[in-house]
Amino acid sequence: MSWFAKLHETFIATGHYKLILNGFKNTIIITLGALLIGVVIGSVIAIAKYFSEGVPSLKVVDVICDFYVTVIRGIPVVVLLLIFYFIVLTGVEGVPVAILTFGINSGAYMAEVVRSGINAVDKGQMEAGRSLGLSKMQAMRKIVFPQAIRNILPAIGNEMIALLKETSVAGYVAVVDLTRAGNLVRNNTFDAINPLMLVALVYLILVVGLTRLLKVFERKLARSDKRN
Amino acid sequence: MNATAKEKLITVTGLEKQFGGVPVLCGIDVEIDRGDVICVIGPSGSGKSTFLRCLNLLEKPNGGSIVFEGDELTDKKTDVNRHRQKMGMVFQQFNLFPHMTVLDNLTCAPVMLKKFTKEEAEEKAMTLLARVGLADRAASYPNQLSGGQKQRVAIVRALCMEPDVMLFDEPTSALDPEMVGEVLDVMKELAESGMTMVVVTHEMGFAREVSNRVIFLDEGVIAEEGTPAEVFGNPKSERLKSFLSKVL
Repeated sequence: MSWFAKLHETFIATGHYKLILNGFKNTIIITLGALLIGVVIGSVIAIAKYFSEGVPSLKVVDVICDFYVTVIRGIPVVVLLLIFYFIVLTGVEGVPVAILTFGINSGAYMAEVVRSGINAVDKGQMEAGRSLGLSKMQAMRKIVFPQAIRNILPAIGNEMIALLKETSVAGYVAVVDLTRAGNLVRNNTFDAINPLMLVALVYLILVVGLTRLLKVFERKLARSDKRN
Repeated sequence: MNATAKEKLITVTGLEKQFGGVPVLCGIDVEIDRGDVICVIGPSGSGKSTFLRCLNLLEKPNGGSIVFEGDELTDKKTDVNRHRQKMGMVFQQFNLFPHMTVLDNLTCAPVMLKKFTKEEAEEKAMTLLARVGLADRAASYPNQLSGGQKQRVAIVRALCMEPDVMLFDEPTSALDPEMVGEVLDVMKELAESGMTMVVVTHEMGFAREVSNRVIFLDEGVIAEEGTPAEVFGNPKSERLKSFLSKVL
């Protein structure tokens, strides 16, 4: 049998291409959803830490944030996924659980990224905002945070790439993502090479595409920095 | 208001500040009247900038009192943000917002604090920009401006809040020498318009010419103060004499 005939049999004739497409869709949904949650959680934690720093009455906030980051970063994401699926959110479908888990996991890393972005903004920016009469929160929102986000866009891109690949363990909780779909096709067809190579290729293309996109983005930012 | 009648704007009593236990200000008493132009001079490390930054509580004083327009600023119940709207500040490093155009730099605080509508704020900003000769740079970003232009924009940014007093923290120290003049000219014009100003500066010419009172800070205390004629023409203390001999 020629390679093309084999491909046809593995993916088309048996209808397995639908499984792969569905897996691809789930991988994208989980990645984007988790990224969104991660950025929000990361920003909230970073800003909360910024505000609680050196304020004795807000020490508890600081401790909670540190606890979150320490615990989440210290547990493998697969274990986290299993805990959420089988203990915390029993009865909830796999995809939402995966979005939430990867989001919470990513949030811990994102918090450190955002924090470094905020710290990289010159202290004088906050002071200038405060001296105009803005509250700390107003100055953060309008002046410091937008500059922090600009600083960390490349790092957020990296986190997005890591996240995309991390979602390949979603199969542990009965989610048919791209990886699981490929593996199912392998199981059903006894053709290991083609489904797994296809899956690998798709990830590779996605990551290369993302990297390209980031480069374009960074160049654009660099240009506007010169303009600024 | 009668221009000659003195109206107290800021009263500083026994102001103290330490950084990590190291005393920087050791009991400063100053009265600032409306319309005063006060220059604060002194060697580096004497506490000039700290004194200025205590006035709008960018540094929290460890002791003493600051009464601004009748309100005790060091009181925890005082709304500092409201008072800061009335105290414009100009920094050595300009601290313009790099991600905003010049016009947005000027209008963002007044609009956010609902002092003016966007239209009012922009109109006011353009008028003031024209006054400092920068109306054509409204759409520029800060990094497209020279240092002197940046500092003029920073002055206008503070003025857009219609403050009752302007605090200047070494406004010309980060400038190339040929740009110092354009900034001092703006400040001089501001002083002549009757604005109350507190200026930490090394520009002795400006202090002598524009201010009505000069304060010489040394090691956290006011070592000498008086009119420019007294301070520069007839310094009493040895410390001031030796300081002036180095900078004049």
